[in-house]
Amino acid sequence: MMKRVPWPLLVLVAALLVPALGSRFYTFLANDVIIWALFATSLNLLVGYTGLVSFGHAAYFGIGAYTTGLLMKKLAVPFVLAFPAAGVLAGAMALVFGIFCVRLTRIYFAMLTLAFAQIVWAICFKWNEVTGGEQGMPEVPYPDLAWMGRLPLVRDLRTSDHFYLLTVLLVALCLWILHRVVRSPFGRMLTTIRENPERAEFIGVHVRRYELAAFVLAGAFAGLAGGLFGIFNRGVFPDFAYWTKSSEVLIMTLLGGMGTFWGPSVGALALILLNQQIVSYTQYWPLVLGTILVVLLFGFPGGLAGAIELFGRRLWRLRRA
Amino acid sequence: MFLFLIAAGLSLIFGVLRVLNFAHGTFYMLGAYATFQLVQWLGVSGGRFWLTALGGALFVAALGGLVERLLFRHLYGKEELYQLLFTYALALILGDAAKMLWGTQQKSVSRPPELSSAFQVFGATIPTYNLFIILLGPAIALAFWLVLQRTRVGRYIRAAALDRETLGALGVNVDALYTGVFVLASFLGGLGGALISPMRATTPGMDTEIIVEAFVVVVIGGLGSFWGTFLGALIYGQVLSFGILFFPRFSIFAVFALMAAVLIVRPWGLLGRPIQ
Repeated sequence: MMKRVPWPLLVLVAALLVPALGSRFYTFLANDVIIWALFATSLNLLVGYTGLVSFGHAAYFGIGAYTTGLLMKKLAVPFVLAFPAAGVLAGAMALVFGIFCVRLTRIYFAMLTLAFAQIVWAICFKWNEVTGGEQGMPEVPYPDLAWMGRLPLVRDLRTSDHFYLLTVLLVALCLWILHRVVRSPFGRMLTTIRENPERAEFIGVHVRRYELAAFVLAGAFAGLAGGLFGIFNRGVFPDFAYWTKSSEVLIMTLLGGMGTFWGPSVGALALILLNQQIVSYTQYWPLVLGTILVVLLFGFPGGLAGAIELFGRRLWRLRRA
Repeated sequence: MFLFLIAAGLSLIFGVLRVLNFAHGTFYMLGAYATFQLVQWLGVSGGRFWLTALGGALFVAALGGLVERLLFRHLYGKEELYQLLFTYALALILGDAAKMLWGTQQKSVSRPPELSSAFQVFGATIPTYNLFIILLGPAIALAFWLVLQRTRVGRYIRAAALDRETLGALGVNVDALYTGVFVLASFLGGLGGALISPMRATTPGMDTEIIVEAFVVVVIGGLGSFWGTFLGALIYGQVLSFGILFFPRFSIFAVFALMAAVLIVRPWGLLGRPIQ
């Protein structure tokens, strides 16, 4: 019996070592990937595990980004408070919206999540006094990370590298929690609901309540991702909540593989790296993205994770034969 | 009123195929670009504008038919998410293709000379062309409704919206019908774009804007409901214009709030019918 490779730990260590490469660009890229990975994983809790297709997940990302951004920039609240606040507020909004959303099914659910997301976007876009309106809110400050400067090893790194390390640790923590959630009886119940809501109802499960709980959790973690992204991006803008962002994260989730825990993170990694590569060749990124999506839909409905799994199983069979 | 044309196509596809077509806004944009191109070649004088507008719409209709035949066909019966994402992918690809062909500069088409005059209503100047569009909307709505109600194809389309298996079992070629519906819907979208091109500048990005507006209209009125779409377009226009008049900052907000409210109270829309 081969011992299981602790992949998550290896990835975590590898992620922590990225700043050691000394390239500002790689750190930037890795930071981008990691935040999107959290965002996509939070969506996967809904789409992949519970079977609720949300088309407005960017709303909670945007709410989180604005919460952290506003608190830190305008009220000078320390990061320790402003970051959890993003999750709490996004979760609270998800609760309010979710109460209405989970009463609808399938396509109507998707439409209502979209409508709410557009409401959030419209507010961010127009409420100049608070959100900065169309112009957004530039210059969100970095959290005070002076304490990292006193630690050995990381003392000499740039502030952006310090923030990157913080992001890695926080996202790892969030993903660990989400992983626990998915493996818990609660998570199993969500999968049951995805597979057969009627039967779940028969055996006495309050389906809507579970769906709502999943919706709130997904919203809260999307909010945390948004809070980090606002700082990382050095500014918060209304298009964080626009519907095209929602579809972007949905594509990531699909690309990586819905319903597998690490799939969306793989999808985030693949899509962002690809974007970087392609943008340096051509400006027609949407064209490429669209083509990838079509190939994916027709060829690999399981996403990258599904394809790898299939490949692995074939290899396994080959070895046994 | 032109919004109704676009929304009607979206509603038609949803009603029959049960798919939200994200690419519909792109069809609208392509209709405008195709008309611009034809006008470049032919000019607008001597009634040629109508020819170019029709040509633009037909081009889009053909494109829609091609896409349905070659690609979309294979996704029937799969999960809604896949269909949704496919139409989104289509929107990305076609939108970028338009950018490649026509660049990012604004393109504008001059009004047809027959309708380039303007007249006064209550002290406001209204171009004749705008009035023409206002009148054309209901006319097309009526014609469309007659087709749906009075012709055999219209009956098939309505039947397909209710129960496609039974219709197929009765010997109707549902495949061809679906292609036809896709073509017709694309035609409506393209026509909307073609007719709007003299009023608004044609730019990349007009597709994502219009698709959200059309969604709102269709949802308010009822997905798949014909008169619902008409009503939805009217309500949308009123809310937006009066909103701009009274609370300029929150008119967009009001529109989406209305959409959410309708979805909460009557998810199938004001004049729609719930689906089982």
